[in-house]
Amino acid sequence: MSLPAPNVEYAQLSPMLIVFGAAVAGILIEALLPRRARYSAQLILSVGALVAAFVAVVLLTGHYGSAVMGSVTVDGPSLFLQGAILLAGIVAIAPIAEHRLTAFAPQGSTVPGSLEEQQAARGGFIQTEVFPLFMLAVGGMLVFCAAADLITIFVALEVLSLPLYVLCGLARRRRLLSQEAALKYFLLGAFSSAFFLYGIVLLYGYAGTLTLSGIADALDGHSGQASLAVTGVGLLAVGLLFKVGAVPFHWWVPDVYQGAPTPITGFMAAATKIAAFGAMLRVFYVALPSLIADWRPVLWAIAALTMVVAAVLTVTQTDIKRLLGYSSVANVGFLLLGVSGAPAGLSSTMFYLVAYGISTLGAFAVVTMIRRPDGEEETETLRWAGLGRRSPAVAAALALFLLAIAGIPLTSGFVSKFAIFQAAASDGAGALMVVGALSSAIAAFAYARVIVTMFFSEPCPQTPTAVSPARPTAVAIAVAAAATVLLGVAPQPLFDLATQAGPFLR
Amino acid sequence: MTGLPWLTILWLGPVVGAGIVLLLPHTQRALAKWLALLISIAVLAVTLVVAVGFKPGGDRYQFVESHRWIPAFGAGYTVGLDGIALVLVVLTAVLAPLLIIAGWNDSADRPRSTHIYVALMLGVESLVLLSFVALDVLLFYVVFEATLIPLYFLIGRYGGGGRSRAALKFLLYNLFGGLIMLAAVVGLYVHAAGAGNGTLDLRNLLSTAHDAEPAIQKLLFLGFMLAFAVKAPLWPFHTWLPGVAASAKPATAVLMMAVVDKVGTFGMLRYCLQLFPDASTYFRPMIITLAVIGIVYGAIVAIGQVDVMRLIAYTSISHYGFIILGIFAMTSQGQSGSTLYMVNHGISTAALFLIAGFLVSRRGTRLINAYGGVQKVAPVLAGTFLVAGLATLSLPGLAPFISEFLVLIGTFTRYPLAAVAAATALVLSAIYILWMYQRMMTGAVTDGNDRLRDLLPREIVVVAPLIALLLILGVYPKPVLDVINPAVDHTLTTINQHDPAPKLIAK
Repeated sequence: MSLPAPNVEYAQLSPMLIVFGAAVAGILIEALLPRRARYSAQLILSVGALVAAFVAVVLLTGHYGSAVMGSVTVDGPSLFLQGAILLAGIVAIAPIAEHRLTAFAPQGSTVPGSLEEQQAARGGFIQTEVFPLFMLAVGGMLVFCAAADLITIFVALEVLSLPLYVLCGLARRRRLLSQEAALKYFLLGAFSSAFFLYGIVLLYGYAGTLTLSGIADALDGHSGQASLAVTGVGLLAVGLLFKVGAVPFHWWVPDVYQGAPTPITGFMAAATKIAAFGAMLRVFYVALPSLIADWRPVLWAIAALTMVVAAVLTVTQTDIKRLLGYSSVANVGFLLLGVSGAPAGLSSTMFYLVAYGISTLGAFAVVTMIRRPDGEEETETLRWAGLGRRSPAVAAALALFLLAIAGIPLTSGFVSKFAIFQAAASDGAGALMVVGALSSAIAAFAYARVIVTMFFSEPCPQTPTAVSPARPTAVAIAVAAAATVLLGVAPQPLFDLATQAGPFLR
Repeated sequence: MTGLPWLTILWLGPVVGAGIVLLLPHTQRALAKWLALLISIAVLAVTLVVAVGFKPGGDRYQFVESHRWIPAFGAGYTVGLDGIALVLVVLTAVLAPLLIIAGWNDSADRPRSTHIYVALMLGVESLVLLSFVALDVLLFYVVFEATLIPLYFLIGRYGGGGRSRAALKFLLYNLFGGLIMLAAVVGLYVHAAGAGNGTLDLRNLLSTAHDAEPAIQKLLFLGFMLAFAVKAPLWPFHTWLPGVAASAKPATAVLMMAVVDKVGTFGMLRYCLQLFPDASTYFRPMIITLAVIGIVYGAIVAIGQVDVMRLIAYTSISHYGFIILGIFAMTSQGQSGSTLYMVNHGISTAALFLIAGFLVSRRGTRLINAYGGVQKVAPVLAGTFLVAGLATLSLPGLAPFISEFLVLIGTFTRYPLAAVAAATALVLSAIYILWMYQRMMTGAVTDGNDRLRDLLPREIVVVAPLIALLLILGVYPKPVLDVINPAVDHTLTTINQHDPAPKLIAK
C-alpha cells in the first residue's frame, strides 16, 4: 500500500505558513543568536510575520477553495476570522513585548522565590521564548477556524492550547498564582480535549469520515445510528464550550485570567475566543446543519444560563482581571445566541467577535499600566479610589472599554449587541433576547461601580498610579479606543465586510 | 435657507464646541466657560433660525435630512422637526446658556475640572437636541441611552454628598429601562423586516407596526413605555429622582428634570402612541391610573419634605403625572396641554430650583427649617422665588396654569373621574409651595440668615429671563400653541383617536 503524496496549496495556506514559519525561525533564533540580540530579532520577526500574514489574508480574498486534500477550507468566514486573529495578535504583541517582556518571569524554570530566580532577575535575563510560543498559538488559531476535518480541528486545538498553557505560567509577579493558573488551565484543557476526541470518535463511527462535509452528507442520508451522532455532537460541543468558557464549563476562566500575565490574558480573551467561535460555527453549520433541531435548544439553554450566571457573578467581583474574566463569560453567552441564530446571524457573530476582541484587548492593556508603588499591577478595584484624578487619561480609556463591554450606545459593544439580538429575535429566540437585555443590565452594575470608584471617589494614599506605557502599547490602546468608538458610530463598513464574507464553504 | 442642514448644525454645534473646550489649555478656566456660553448662545441662534423657518401649517416634519447610516439594521440618519419637537428644542436651547451661567462656579479647582464640566453640559445638550429631532428609531434610541453617560458623570463627579450613590442609582434605573427598550426596538425591527419593510424610519414604520399582532404590539409598547416611564418619571418608577435632585448641583439637576426627562414624555407621545395605537388604547386606563396616583402622591409627599431640593423634585413627579395624563387622555386639548406643560414645567422648575440652589449655596444646607425671614434680607431672591413657586402651583396669569387647565379639561371629556382626582393636586400644590415659602422666607429672620446676600447680577441674569417667560407665556401662549396644535392633530390622526363629543347632562 502506498500513501499518495498530498497536494499542498501553498498560496492558500500562506497566512498559516508564514506564522508557523516565523515561530520555527523564532526557536532557531533562541538557539543560534546571542542573548542580547534575541529580543529585537524576535520582536521584528513576530511583528513582521503577523503583518505579512495579514497582507496574505487580504490578498487571498475571493480565492476560495479547500486545501491539503480537504483538511483546510479557505472561505470568506475563515479569512475574516483569520484577519481578525492576526489584527488581535498585532495589537496584543505591544503590551506583551512592553519594556523588554516586563510582564514575564526572567526565567520560567526557576523556582519562585529561589536564589536562582533572584540571580536571573539581577542578571537581566528575559524569556524571549515568549515570542515563538505566542506565534505558535496564533498559528494554531488560524488553522482552528479554517480546519475542515475533525482531526485537523483537534490538532489545531492542541497547537493553540499548549503554548497558551506555558504562557499562562510565566508571570513575573505572583508566580505561584500564575503557575497554579497554568496547571489548572492545562488539566481542565486536557480533560476537555479528551471529551472532544471522544466526540470525534463517535462521529467517525457514525459517518465513517472525518471531514465536516462528509459528516454532513452522512447525516443528510440518515445512515447509521442517529444516537451515535447525537452523542458525538454532545461531546464535541463540551470540548468547544470549554474552550470558549461557557457556563457550566467556565470555572477555569476567572482563575486563569487572573493568574496569567495580563497581556496574555488580553490576548486569550480576544483571539482564542475568535478562533474557538470560528471553529464552533464551522462545525455546527458545515457538519451538523441537519441536526439543528437537536443542538439549537441546547445552545439556547446554555446561552441563557451563561448570560445570567456570568452577569450575576460579574457583579460580585472586585479584582479587575476576574471581573473582566466573568464579563468575557457573559459575552460568550451573547455570542452563543449569535451561533444559534446563524447562518443568518453569522455576520452578526463575526462582528461581535471583532468588536468585543478589540475592547477587551484595550481593557487588559490598560490594566497592565495600573501599578502599585512597588511596580506590581494593582488589580483590586476597591483600591482604585480616585484613579480618575490621578491618571485621567488611563482611567478614561478603561471607562470607555468598560462601557463598550457593557454595551452602551455610541460604542462598538452596543452595535454588536443589537446585531446579535436582531439575529436571535428573527430566529424565534425573542425570549432569550429579553434574558440578554436583563443580564446586560445586571452586569452593567459591575462596570458602573468600577467607574464610580475611579472617578467619583477622592484619591487616597494607596491609590495606584498609571505608569506611562511604552509607545507601542500607547498606540495599541489608542487604536483600540478609536476602533471602539468608530465601530459604535459607523459600523456599516465592518458589517459589509462580514456580510461579503458570505457563508461557509462545504 | 433650506439648503443648509440646519438640524445637523443644531446638534453638532454643542459637540464640536465641547471638543474645542476640552482642547483649551487647562489654565484657561474662564475662557472655557465663556466659550461654552458663547457656543450655547450660538446654538440658541440656530434654534431661532429654525423656529422662524418652521411653518406651522406646513408638512408634518420639516427640515428633514436623510442619509444612510447602518443599512444592516435598516437604520438611517434621519432627522426632522414637528411642532412638538420644535418647542422642546427651543426650551432646551433657551435653558442651556442659563444653566451654564447658573453653574458658573460649580466646578472644583482641579485642573481641567471646569473644562470637563462645561463640555459635559454641552454634550448633554447636543444629545438631547438630537433625540428631539431624530426620526429614526435606532438613532433616537442611541442618543436616548447615550445621554445617560455625560449626565452620570455630571452627577457623580460634581454633585454634593451622596453623589456617587445617586449617580449609580440613576444610571442603573435608566439603563434597565433602556435595555428593555432595546429589546423592543429589536423586536420592532425584526417584525418590520419580517413584513418586508426592513426600516427603522419612524415615518415608514407606522403601517407595519400597526399591522402587528395585538400581543406583539402590547409587548413592544410595554418595552418602550417602561424606558420612558423610568425617564419621565412615572410613579412607581420615580424613586431615583429625588436623590439625584438633592445630590447633584442645581444646574445639573435642572438640566435633568427640565430637559432630559422631557425626552421620556416626548417619547411616549411620539413613539409609544404613534407606533402602537391599539396597545396604547388598551393600556390607557392603567397608565392614566398611575399618572393620577403620581400626581397626588408626588404632591402629598412634597408636603412632607424637610429638604427643599427633594420637595421640588417631588413637585416635578407630580407635574410629570399631569403631562402623562394629558398625553394618554388622547384628546387634542390634553395633548396640546401636555406639550405646553413640558415647556412650562421646564421653565418654572428651572426658576424654582435654581433660585433655591442659589439660596442653598449661600448657607450650605438644604433643610427648610434652617431658613426663615429670608425675604427681609434678600427681597429679590424671595420675590422671584415666590413668582416661580406660584407658577409651580399653577396660579392663573403664570404659564403653567394654562397647560394644567388644558390637560384637565382634555382629560375630563374622556375620564372625568381621573380629572377630578388630579384636580386635587391644585389644592395640594398650594399647600406645599405656600407652606414652604412661609417657612423659609417669611417671619422673623432666624439665626444664620441675617447676613444672606441677595441675588448677584450673574444670578439675576439667569432668573430674569425665566420669570419673564413665565409671565409672557402666562398671558399669551398662542404662538406656542399655534405650533403645537397641528402636530397634535397629526398625532391624533395617526393613532385614529377623536375628541369625545362634549356631553350635556339633561336635567
